Amino acid sequence: MPLSKLSNPRPLRSFPTSKTYLFGENHKVIKEDRVASVQTISGTGANHLGALFLARYYRPPGLPPHGGVKLYISNPTWANHEPIFANVGISATKYPYYDPKTIALDMKGFSKTLEEAPNHSIFLLHACAHNPTGVDPTPEQWKELAEIFLRKKHFAFFDCAYQGFASGSLDNDAFSVRLFADLNVPMLVCQSYAKNAGLYGERIGCLNLIASTAGDGVGGKARLQSQLSVLSRVEISNPPTFGARIVSKILNDPQLFEEWKRDVKEMADRIIWTRETLYNLLTQKYQTPPLGDSGNWEHIRRQIGMFSFTGLNPEQVAVIVKKGHVYMTGNGRISMAGLNTKNIEYVAECIDKAVRGTF
Amino acid sequence: MMRAAAAQSTSPARASSPFYSRKVALSLALPRKRIFHNANYSQRALRGVSTWANVKQGPPDPILGVTEAFKADTDSRKINLGVGAYRDENGKPFVLPSVRKAEESIVKAKYDKEYLPITGFGEFTKNAAILAYGKDSTPLKEGRVAITQSISGTGALRIGAAFLSRWYPHAKTVYLPTPSWGNHTPIMKDSGLEVKQYRYYDKKTVGLDFKGLVEDLKAAPSNSIVLLHACAHNPTGVDPTKEQWKEIADLVKEKGHFPFFDMAYQGFASGSVDADAFAPRYFVEQNIPIVLSQSFAKNMGLYGERVGAFSIVTASPEEKARVDSQLKILVRPMYSNPPLHGARIAGTILADQELYGQWLGEVKHMADRIIGMRADLKKLLVSDLGSKLNWDHITNQIGMFCFTGLTPEQVAKLKSEHHVYLTNDGRISIAGVTPHNINHLAESIHEVTK
Repeated sequence: MPLSKLSNPRPLRSFPTSKTYLFGENHKVIKEDRVASVQTISGTGANHLGALFLARYYRPPGLPPHGGVKLYISNPTWANHEPIFANVGISATKYPYYDPKTIALDMKGFSKTLEEAPNHSIFLLHACAHNPTGVDPTPEQWKELAEIFLRKKHFAFFDCAYQGFASGSLDNDAFSVRLFADLNVPMLVCQSYAKNAGLYGERIGCLNLIASTAGDGVGGKARLQSQLSVLSRVEISNPPTFGARIVSKILNDPQLFEEWKRDVKEMADRIIWTRETLYNLLTQKYQTPPLGDSGNWEHIRRQIGMFSFTGLNPEQVAVIVKKGHVYMTGNGRISMAGLNTKNIEYVAECIDKAVRGTF
Repeated sequence: MMRAAAAQSTSPARASSPFYSRKVALSLALPRKRIFHNANYSQRALRGVSTWANVKQGPPDPILGVTEAFKADTDSRKINLGVGAYRDENGKPFVLPSVRKAEESIVKAKYDKEYLPITGFGEFTKNAAILAYGKDSTPLKEGRVAITQSISGTGALRIGAAFLSRWYPHAKTVYLPTPSWGNHTPIMKDSGLEVKQYRYYDKKTVGLDFKGLVEDLKAAPSNSIVLLHACAHNPTGVDPTKEQWKEIADLVKEKGHFPFFDMAYQGFASGSVDADAFAPRYFVEQNIPIVLSQSFAKNMGLYGERVGAFSIVTASPEEKARVDSQLKILVRPMYSNPPLHGARIAGTILADQELYGQWLGEVKHMADRIIGMRADLKKLLVSDLGSKLNWDHITNQIGMFCFTGLTPEQVAKLKSEHHVYLTNDGRISIAGVTPHNINHLAESIHEVTK
């Protein structure tokens, strides 16, 4: 970008490199130029704009003209999802997702809801590193889910806040998104660079809508792009420059991109280290009795991303907070990012005491 | 023409992924065959009927159209007067030295990039309020002003409109001046407010239709929300005089109207931040509760960094706390928290005595350049070219924009015959006028109007 363009009011425009990062440059939706993208105020802004676009324009057959769109969100999900949709007039129903007994995915309940929902319903999916549980479908399960989506003509609203940050591989973390796009499931994807690029406060994200064609024909990318710009203009005029320049530079400079991928892997690896270490401490050092019907502590290792649903119940959590001074939310969720070499043994000890009732 | 499912378009990323199986992809692709039997669907059938078939092409941005036509023009004399951003005497974007200095110190300090609070960077909002209201402002001193950082002026207007739409206890209608900035109407409407107009610009005098303004505000139902441009009205450049502002304030008080001030040019209009804030400050002094949208796009040249603030003068610190909590509830589902970088720059400048003084000088410099161009343009038309028309409005108007009074036909001629680009309403951006192009501009205007 020429220096003379610095500090210019930027025209609203697409964020081309972000979608390539998301789908991979060889994905058909990229090659066929079918992704309408708009820079947003991080992931929240993308979720909001995506929700707003659906509220305005999602009119599948059989739906009354004024809307009445049905949205399903996972139980549980990020606390802000429901208010984001309510804010644009879409009320949410929860679909079974997390099974507290097995401390794992309730695939049966999830599939059943998908089958029983009216055709063309919108389902909010976490692309990877489910927030708050850390429980993700396996690739096989994603394929099963995609098959139901296609049969039921559901719309997939993907929230992708952790690409690269979850497993350390940006391709693996984008598996679900790329699969659904390849299978032509109607969908959009919200991206955030808050965590994977650590750009939190700079507010950099992107909303991507997949069109049926490039250009400005019916259902075409250009039409979607233009209406996304209109909606964005009425709320923010144009998105903030600084964070976007950073991400753009990284994505477009091969050397910086490689360096960034290493940085992201380093963060992901540290999180994975906390999982492995906590697991080892609980199973080997303390031999803490397993929770629920799980029979083990595998979920600590199997879950992915920043958060972990430990399986601790509210009473156990209360005791850990009060007696151990270890702070976590009442649903037993811990942020693995808060663990480090200095505190992980102490936390394992507290979990052990809480489970045994020996505080 | 039927594509063999997903087999042809294997992406290396997918092929190398241990999770991907072509067999599964093919089997999952089978349902598409059924749709294909209807010959009418053809290519679309491969993806089913488009989810977005009902989305129409959106209207192009009118200002963008001006810039595009300008770019396509190859004549060396061409001038772009559509741009709503300041340009220096060489027609280049101007990054304020005080901004550069603040930015360098910020980068050097290597601050982290953690989230700002929902209502933004405290150091910035605190000082933005002082800048707007004046440090001796009673409600400020009494801790009664609720303020949140916003995505520049647009974001402030949007938060304000959404807040009023949700909480204003009277009719959810806002009165806008005719004309007003193009984005005001959709911002208000999308937030759930009904939009009505009050007379403002008088085509005949190329000035303020004060009589019409007063009549319309009198006729409006009591307790109506009224949007007022604090200074440098966009797009006309026509501002009320101090005396007229006082009359408007009296009328607003009498009718119990609720002023929504949009202040996008504080300091940039006259060169003095205090003079430009006269109107909102006067209203506040008169104990009229106001809400205020501030932008730092122009006066700090921070355009793309999106720095602004929205504030509400409340009745008490307790009310302020309640209002503050509701602002947060509005912001969180829209974008969670505002961007960091620009607010740090603005906050640094406002909080540092030296940088602040430097910035005031730079704002005055920008304002003076604009004022100088206005004077020169008028002089060229009247004295040098001998135009018979009255061009007083060029120097009477204030701020970045000037409503020339040119008709759409004259504007079209300016574009096609003289390579001067402006919007059809005859508005020119004085910021686009430089010593290098002012002669051509004056001559062109004279040619189409004589």
